[in-house]
Parts: sequence; C-alpha cells; structure tokens
Amino acid sequence: MSAGAPPPSLSPSAGGDLAVAVPPPSVDDARLASRERWRLLWHSKTFIAGVVIVGFWILCAIFGKAIAPKDPFAADPLNSLVSPGSAYWFGTDRLGRDVFSRVIVGARDILIVAPLATLLGTVLGTALGLITGYFRGAVDDVLSRIIDAFLAVPVVIIALLAIVALGPSKVALIIVIGVVFAPIIARTVRAAVLSERELEYVSAARLRNERTPYILFAEILPNVMGPVLVEFTVRLGYAVFTVATLSFLGFGIQPPAPDWGLQVFEHFGLISGGYWWPVLFPAAAIASLVIGVNLLADGLTQAFER
Amino acid sequence: MPKFLAKRIGLGLITLWLLSVLVFFGASVLPGDVGRRVLGPFASQQAVDALNHKLGADQPLLQQYWDWISGFLRGDLGTSVNGQPVSDIIWPALGHSVKLAVLAFIIVVPLGILGGVVAALHEGKASDRLISVGGLSATAIPDFVWAVLAILVFSLWLNVLPSTAQWPDGSGFLTQIKYLLLPALCLVFVLFGYIARMARAGTIEALDADYTRTAVIKGLPQRTVMRRHVLRNSLLPTIAVVATQAGYLIGGLVVIELIFNYQGIGLALFRAAEQKDFPVLESAVLVVGVVFLLATLAADILYSVLNPRVRLGSEDA
Repeated sequence: MSAGAPPPSLSPSAGGDLAVAVPPPSVDDARLASRERWRLLWHSKTFIAGVVIVGFWILCAIFGKAIAPKDPFAADPLNSLVSPGSAYWFGTDRLGRDVFSRVIVGARDILIVAPLATLLGTVLGTALGLITGYFRGAVDDVLSRIIDAFLAVPVVIIALLAIVALGPSKVALIIVIGVVFAPIIARTVRAAVLSERELEYVSAARLRNERTPYILFAEILPNVMGPVLVEFTVRLGYAVFTVATLSFLGFGIQPPAPDWGLQVFEHFGLISGGYWWPVLFPAAAIASLVIGVNLLADGLTQAFER
Repeated sequence: MPKFLAKRIGLGLITLWLLSVLVFFGASVLPGDVGRRVLGPFASQQAVDALNHKLGADQPLLQQYWDWISGFLRGDLGTSVNGQPVSDIIWPALGHSVKLAVLAFIIVVPLGILGGVVAALHEGKASDRLISVGGLSATAIPDFVWAVLAILVFSLWLNVLPSTAQWPDGSGFLTQIKYLLLPALCLVFVLFGYIARMARAGTIEALDADYTRTAVIKGLPQRTVMRRHVLRNSLLPTIAVVATQAGYLIGGLVVIELIFNYQGIGLALFRAAEQKDFPVLESAVLVVGVVFLLATLAADILYSVLNPRVRLGSEDA
C-alpha cells in the first residue's frame, strides 16, 4: 500500500446500517502517517535541494521584472552580442538585449504553462484511470487501446502535430500537453485503482448502493491520492521538458517573450561563430529547473512509497 | 508462441489504426480548412479552393481519411503541399535517422549496461549514487541542452568534431561516422540513465535470487557466477526493453536533427510543421508509429524467446 488513509473497514457490529460504519481511529492514523511523511520529506536532502532550486525560479517568475537589472525587452542594436562582463553579466543577445535579465524574467512563462498543463493532464488522467481501473472489461479495453495509440509516438511529435493544427499559443500549449499527458497518468492511476477496487471498503460502498461516481471520486480517489501526487511531480518535470522543447522548436512560447527554449532556438546557429553566451545561460537555466523538479519528485516518491 | 505472436500483432494493428484516426481527425477537425491554414489569411479564396482541391481537402472527411489510409497501406503516402510525393521525403529521411540511431545504440547499450552492473555491484555506495542519480538527471535534461553543450565543448572549444551532421557529398564511411559522432553523443547522454537503470534493477534482482546464492554456496568462482547466473538473467530482458526504446528514439530525433542539420525523419517532421504541410506531417507521424510498434513487437518476441516463463506461460503474460 503506497498511500492515503487506510480504508475504513467494516466493523462487524454495524450489521445492516453500513452507511455509518466509519471507524474513527483511521482518521488519526491518517494524520499520523501524513505527519510522518512530512517529517521524512524535510529530512530528505534531495527534496530540500529541489525546493531550493524550484523556489528560486518561482521567485524569479513572480518578481522577475523587479529583480532584473535591465529591461529584458529593450533592444539595443549598437550593443548586440556583447560578451559577458561587468556591464552585461551574461552578455547581450543578437538584438542587444540583456541575457541576464532575459534569463531571470524567462522563468515566468514556463512556470505558468508547465504546471497548468500538468494539472490538466493529472485531472483528466486521474478521471480516466479511475474509470478504466474500476470498470475493467470493455470500457477498459477500449480506453487502453486509445492510450496505447497515444503512447506509440513520442510526446513531442504528437504535441507538434496538434500545435501546428491549433496554432501556437499558451492556451494551446496547456491543452495539448495536458491531453497528451492524460493517458500516461491514467495508466499509473489505473494500476493503483486495480488493487484498491478489490478492498472491502469498495464492496461495502457498492453494497449500500452508492452511486458509481461517488464510489470513484469520494471513496477510491482519496486512497490513490499518493500515487496521483507523485505522478503529478514526475509529470511536471516532463512538462517543463516538453514546453522547453516545443519553444525551442518555435512551436511553444512565441517571440518576443524571453523564454529559455526560445532564446536557445534564436541563437544556436551563432554558436559556431563563438557567440556562446546567449545559448549557454538559458540552456543552463532549463537544465537547473528540470533537475530541481526531478529532485522534488524523487523526494516525494521516496516519502510516499515507503 | 504463435498464439502469443498473433495476439501481439493484432493489438499492434488496432493501436496503429487508432493512431491513424487520432492523427487524421486531430489534424482535420480543428478550425479552419487546410488550404487556408497553409496559405495564410491573405491568400485569395480562389487559391485556397484550388489547393484544397489539389489536396483532396474539398472531399468529405471520411472520404479523405479512406483515401489517405488506403493509399498508406498500398505504400502511396500522397503528395506534399509543394507537389512532391511524400514517400520521396519520408523514406530517405527514415534511412538517415536509422543510421544515427544505430550508431547511438552501438555506443550507449554497452556503456549503459556496464554502468548499471557496476552500480548494482556497489548498491548504495557513492559510485551507485553517481551512476543512478547522474544518469537520471542526464535523461531529464532536454536533448537540445545537451546538443548545444556538446557543440560548445567539442566543436567550439576543443575543435575536434564538426558542429553539423551534414557530411560533404561522397564522404567515406569513417568520415560519415565522424560527422555523426556529436549528435550520437547527445543521444548517449539522454539514453544512458535509462538503460543503466534497467540493467541495475535486473542485476540487483538476479544477485538476490536463490539460484545465485546456490551457485555461490556450491563454490563456483565469482566470475562464473556473474557470467552464467547473474548477467544472463539480468541483461537479456534489459536488451529486450532497449529494443522498445530504439523505436521511440527514431521519432524523437526532431531536436537533435534540427540542431545538427541532419536530413532525418525528425527534420522532415520539423520542416513539414513549419510549412504546415499536413500530408507530410500526418504520414510521418504514422510512419513513426509503425516503427515504434515494430520495435515493440521485436522486443516482445526477443523477450519471450529469452524468457521461458512468458513463452510457455499463461495468457495474460
């Protein structure tokens, strides 16, 4: 059992009146377990490192313009491609914009799009996973095949196709990545539901004639929240990866936004000319954010799968 | 075995069919007609109608889908927006991508397995943490970040490898390898952690197994135990899983091929996306799906050949 409160078991004395058979101790147990998990998390070096890195970029995303020493959008053609120094810490890009300011402010778009896309994917995927895991049979077979079809092509390719059809925008990015991630999340949730549905509290709910949506979302869902949370953070790492990649390909966040992937895309052709700074610094920013999110996910996974 | 195979192939075909439906209707049902999307908002209605007619986009959707998918089955992938046959674009590109992927796998599979086995033998120690955490972090970082770093280091600062994969015409085999080495290196970074993790898990499981303990207790030399009992059981499934990854890789080359300007299927996809060339885009995505499912099938067969429990076992294996 990976997560959540232990299922409220049926006390034998409850007899016919099953609806009130929720033994109080389980609530305390749940609180204890959750406190224990938080204690574990705050003692995990990987989790703390993740919090520090991701926290730093969140601060940049919120207060970016206030922190940045220069205007990230101000072009200055006379000072284009100035190498890093005291005037421009990270140098300037091909339009003479300050790379340091653009890296700081560039945290914003990706930190809006990636979490929202992951949230959408998690909500859709969890619903899908609950349904496929609970009903099994024909519903499960059909949905599983559709999930397989989604998974037969790399996420970036499917997303590329959809973005080309929809036209690139932040909303399109969120929807496309969310929808593409949903089947992957559904697969994990489904596995968790498969073991849950055999437990007594589910048959009890069924016996007392609860409606199916109630059983799915009020009974089973709270007990699979652990895997859902872990899946959310793991997918968040992939979402950052995917948004950055799509932006790099020119199909994500659009110019003149100081997005990191976009900055790399706009300048990678200049590397062989020796202009490495407009590429290296945003690339390092992406790498640090992805690693930070993965450290968070790693810490959570360890705390929840104990 | 034949039953198992038939089931796998059948499921694969259903998956492919669903993928084709997803791809086709995903690209077609969305707002705006194809001609308008290709030519932009300022093109004359006449030009838009003409292009729609040329592409068959003025037919009913189901008719279009049937034309596309029946053509695909006959090996006719249709015509691109520029009037070039799609097959002329996709097949040579696929060949290029396979070349790059094969080189990357020749490098990364032995490295990854070695890394995984070393990590398993030192489970919990510093070298294990380094290989496992380092490998997974490397996998998590987007490939274009690795590509620009690789170009910076090997091409700009050390000046030992070319920053493009496009070798001069008429280059010999070794020159081609030299041009492919840098993009392959990026794939090595991306794949190493994944393969090492598989090999590590398999090796740890095999080291823990009863047959290994028996072999040790009956006094076999450690080398023999490793070779005959541990590695044989841990690596063959790893290799089968790697085969699945190979299929995935072919379609995942968009970024690397763009940065190194390599004329593979990824770059073909990217160019088609830029030009909103839906005929190329749709067929290329489906081809990528076919390659992936073939690789998965190969992996399944390999796995079942190597693992008698699957070969002879129950239906749900």
